[in-house]
Amino acid sequence: MLAAETIAWPLLPSLIFVPLLTAVLILILPSSRAEYLKLVALAGTTITGAMAAYLLWSFDKADGGFQFVVQETWVKDLGLQWFLAVDGISLFLVVLTGLLFPIAILTSEPDHDKKPYYFWLTVLMAGSMGVFMALDLLLFFLFFEIVLVPMYFLIGGWGHGRRVYAAMKFFIFTMAGSALMLVGLVSTAFLSRDALGELTFDVTRLAGATFPDGTPAIGSTAQTLIFLSFALGFAVKVPLFPLHTWLPDAHTEAPTAGSVILAGVLLKLGSYGYIRFGLYLFPQAAQDLAWVFLTLGVIGIVYGAVVATMQKDLKRVVAYSSVAHMGFIVLGIFALNPQGLEGAVLQMVNHGISTGALFILVGWIYDRRHTREISELSGLQSSAPIMAGVFTLVMLSSIGLPGLNGFAGEFLILLGAFQSARWWTVVAVTGVILAALYLLWAYQRVFHGKAEGENAKMADLRVSEMLSILPLLGLIVFLGVYPKPVLERIEPAVDQLLVHMSVVESEPEAPAEPAGVEQLTEALEHGEEGNGEDAVLSNEGADE
Amino acid sequence: MTLQFAQVQTPDIEWSLIWPFVILSLAGVLLITITSLIPRTRTGAFSATFTAVSAIIAAGFLPWIADRVNEQGAIGGRREFYVLSNAIVVDNFTIFITGIICCSVVLVAFLLDDYLRREGLEGPEWYALILLSASGGVLLASAEDLIVSFVGLEILSIAVYVLAALHLRRSQSQEAGFKYFVLGALSSAIFLYGIALVYGATGSTTLNGINRSLFQPGVNGQVPAESSSLLLVGIGFLLVGFAFKVSAVPFHVWTPDVYQGAPSPVVAFMASAVKVAAFGGFLRVFLYAFGDLSNEWLPIVAALAVMSLVVGSFLAVVQSEIKRMMAYSSITHAGFMLVGLHSAALDEGTDILGSKSILFYLFTYAAMIIGTFAVITVMGRVGDGSHDVDSYRGLAKSEPLLAGLFAVLLFAQAGVPFTSGFFAKFRIIAAAASDDDYWLAAVAMLASVVGAYLYLRVVVAMVFSEPADTDSDADSGPAYGPIDIPPAALTVLVISVVVTVVFGIFPDLGGGFLDNAAATLTLLRP
Repeated sequence: MLAAETIAWPLLPSLIFVPLLTAVLILILPSSRAEYLKLVALAGTTITGAMAAYLLWSFDKADGGFQFVVQETWVKDLGLQWFLAVDGISLFLVVLTGLLFPIAILTSEPDHDKKPYYFWLTVLMAGSMGVFMALDLLLFFLFFEIVLVPMYFLIGGWGHGRRVYAAMKFFIFTMAGSALMLVGLVSTAFLSRDALGELTFDVTRLAGATFPDGTPAIGSTAQTLIFLSFALGFAVKVPLFPLHTWLPDAHTEAPTAGSVILAGVLLKLGSYGYIRFGLYLFPQAAQDLAWVFLTLGVIGIVYGAVVATMQKDLKRVVAYSSVAHMGFIVLGIFALNPQGLEGAVLQMVNHGISTGALFILVGWIYDRRHTREISELSGLQSSAPIMAGVFTLVMLSSIGLPGLNGFAGEFLILLGAFQSARWWTVVAVTGVILAALYLLWAYQRVFHGKAEGENAKMADLRVSEMLSILPLLGLIVFLGVYPKPVLERIEPAVDQLLVHMSVVESEPEAPAEPAGVEQLTEALEHGEEGNGEDAVLSNEGADE
Repeated sequence: MTLQFAQVQTPDIEWSLIWPFVILSLAGVLLITITSLIPRTRTGAFSATFTAVSAIIAAGFLPWIADRVNEQGAIGGRREFYVLSNAIVVDNFTIFITGIICCSVVLVAFLLDDYLRREGLEGPEWYALILLSASGGVLLASAEDLIVSFVGLEILSIAVYVLAALHLRRSQSQEAGFKYFVLGALSSAIFLYGIALVYGATGSTTLNGINRSLFQPGVNGQVPAESSSLLLVGIGFLLVGFAFKVSAVPFHVWTPDVYQGAPSPVVAFMASAVKVAAFGGFLRVFLYAFGDLSNEWLPIVAALAVMSLVVGSFLAVVQSEIKRMMAYSSITHAGFMLVGLHSAALDEGTDILGSKSILFYLFTYAAMIIGTFAVITVMGRVGDGSHDVDSYRGLAKSEPLLAGLFAVLLFAQAGVPFTSGFFAKFRIIAAAASDDDYWLAAVAMLASVVGAYLYLRVVVAMVFSEPADTDSDADSGPAYGPIDIPPAALTVLVISVVVTVVFGIFPDLGGGFLDNAAATLTLLRP
């Protein structure tokens, strides 16, 4: 499973340590030189982003296993390791992290206390990188928990309105969710100890640990309980209905960069956790309980969409749209087939890009107008035509318009989910329509109509702002038209995961299903008028 | 008729092995003697230096003693020495506990010097009492005889009762000392009664003797003897005595009042050295003497642990005074340590996870809590009275360094990753899981989440709130005096934070010491 060769330059550790060193540098920089703080933070995160891009470039796309492995003993008697690696699933989340941090720093600025602000942002980057690369269960948990601290300070220190309440709620909710996860992961290691002959937290060894006679190391009841303890922690992070209540508060009160990172990167910790740890370590329990998560995901889609429609605050609309989008991702994951999982991973990236961009735009509106109340904004199109154009593009990508990135992921998810969970998918599809409703309606109220007073005088985007959001816009279009480079790297990893899951289940596997890439290309070629559901139905027909 | 002079039999004492204990107690007496000869006004700095140096010298013998203990192990003997005619046992566990106690004494002496100067208090008696109390703690942890345990416990406690009441100008301090004394004396009486009952049941007061009496000759060697109800009641009484000292629920009621009233540096000493010594005695007596009866008393320890975790964490949240908060949080921590003790009693053979977990917890908790109380001492300001959470508001703006270091310690107590607090909790959880006590681990983790709220409240006050005394009007509450951060207190704080962070990143550091001490508790059980 592990790629044999390791490369000389420790690329993965430096993805963690470069932001960390940047943080230290920011801390020792004198406060009188405030103008350099942003520069240093930007340089550090950009270098990290560039290294992530290099990682993407040198990634072997045919290999579905873990690459760039770094494995060192850390605490011997507990079997802890400093174990980092990426595969097709985590690769793009690492790249997304590398992309969103420099942009978040570039597009927004704190109004006070610049030094601790940039310090916490860079620490947050180091932590987020660590989460996606750690393959030691405990190391993963350490990073998973440590990101709470910088985010807590970012929301509480530079947020709006009820920032302290939101920060506290965020911290306690997430910590409560993951408390039992720690017990679960320790139990996993100890229950597998007899089968493996030693205590280890190495995920690749814990997955599918069996006694010599073939019985799994963890019995099915224990597997279900431990899976639930993990699932609870991830469900808070995703967040799944009904554990989502921290999200609108945290998103709305957080500063712009905080919202971008929260939506773009931190929510993915949960969905990534489901794939990497839930499905990989507990395949049987994940299959038995898939219906629970499908149901919660679908409820999230519909509930998030309906509540988003009602919101009076533009940022809360985007926040609730995240609940709906993350519901789609969970639906894709628990479809438990190649299309669903590939779509889910792709959609994690897409959601990071489009929701990140939406939060940046809302932040810019707030900077200019000092309000996010939809009722106080109107006719911005006439005063800020370029912003309106950018907003339209990003919004359409979030809705899932064919040709833009949101469509590719959502389509694959629905395609996958329809095969394994038909009725759930039927309900979920309404979410696509509702997404159009709440976003278009919000857009209409904010940008259309007659601009009066302050609204008429609002400044349009500056060139620097346009340039800073340009990479996201480019990706929105590129991934919408040509998602193949992403999908062909995700696919081997997803296939390997599914093979692993069914091997453990030891049931005969159906012949390989047509890969998602081809179906998607087909759907795109059929023309934009053919919507997702038709394609699914025709595909269903072809199977029979 | 020739007069026969009977040769008086004196025990053959290897003094070199008990130097740390001897030095600590002698230093206490010597300090009083020396300072009674020089003018009172000049004793401050001298006493503090004397205390710190004595504790450092006492600790300096430890590596040498450890070498001797392990040499004996290397040639096939048991890694322990019995001195003072089997009254004291010197082994790696004794060394570990003594080391923590000595370090605590050094750090507390640093804190105390500035504190006394700020409060306008005088006297070497503070230092002498701390040295004596520490010597009692060492005696308690190394006692091989229950009578010696009791003597150690009393030396440890009585000195602390006095210390708690020693801030003569604060009535709260007097009250705390009195409460502590009355309840402590009661628990000592119960402890002593327990010793008497155990002696009645087993005919011995030595830990080895008690342990031997638990077995009787059977067909295939020794088999467990019938345990008498007399013995069980005695064990129960001893358990109550220790539960009181480590402030486990429901024997915790003294803790909040005493923590609140006692002078802050004294609380630092109580929370570190006294707690470590009490747990040291607890482990020694219960694992050595009653380890083979663990079926009988482990359920009680589990119940004490669960109650301490739940009650401590929930009551901590509703406090508004930081010293009371820390008192309840120390109860929660005691709950964690009891979970560790529970798994230590279940350790067998080469599995020493349980013993390691509690020893690691004791060490890291002592380091964290001394730093925490260093901040509380400084923030108490003149009079040692402003311990309201509100008095911490806006600290990050006015004293960023102090607030930053304090925040690290608070997060460490909450168990945030990359601090020693996380690994302390993790080891406890792992040890509980290795004994299949998953429910105990789950309760402990849930309690720690509730407890986290408390630490966050202090962080919120420091970082996210405006200073309370900026709007100086009377309706905004009391104004707080200026903060004066003495270099010694800052040094203590920095040491505490460095230890906390370094052991959070390299939890294996100095693992040999820990392994040896933990192995003593498991493998060398009689």
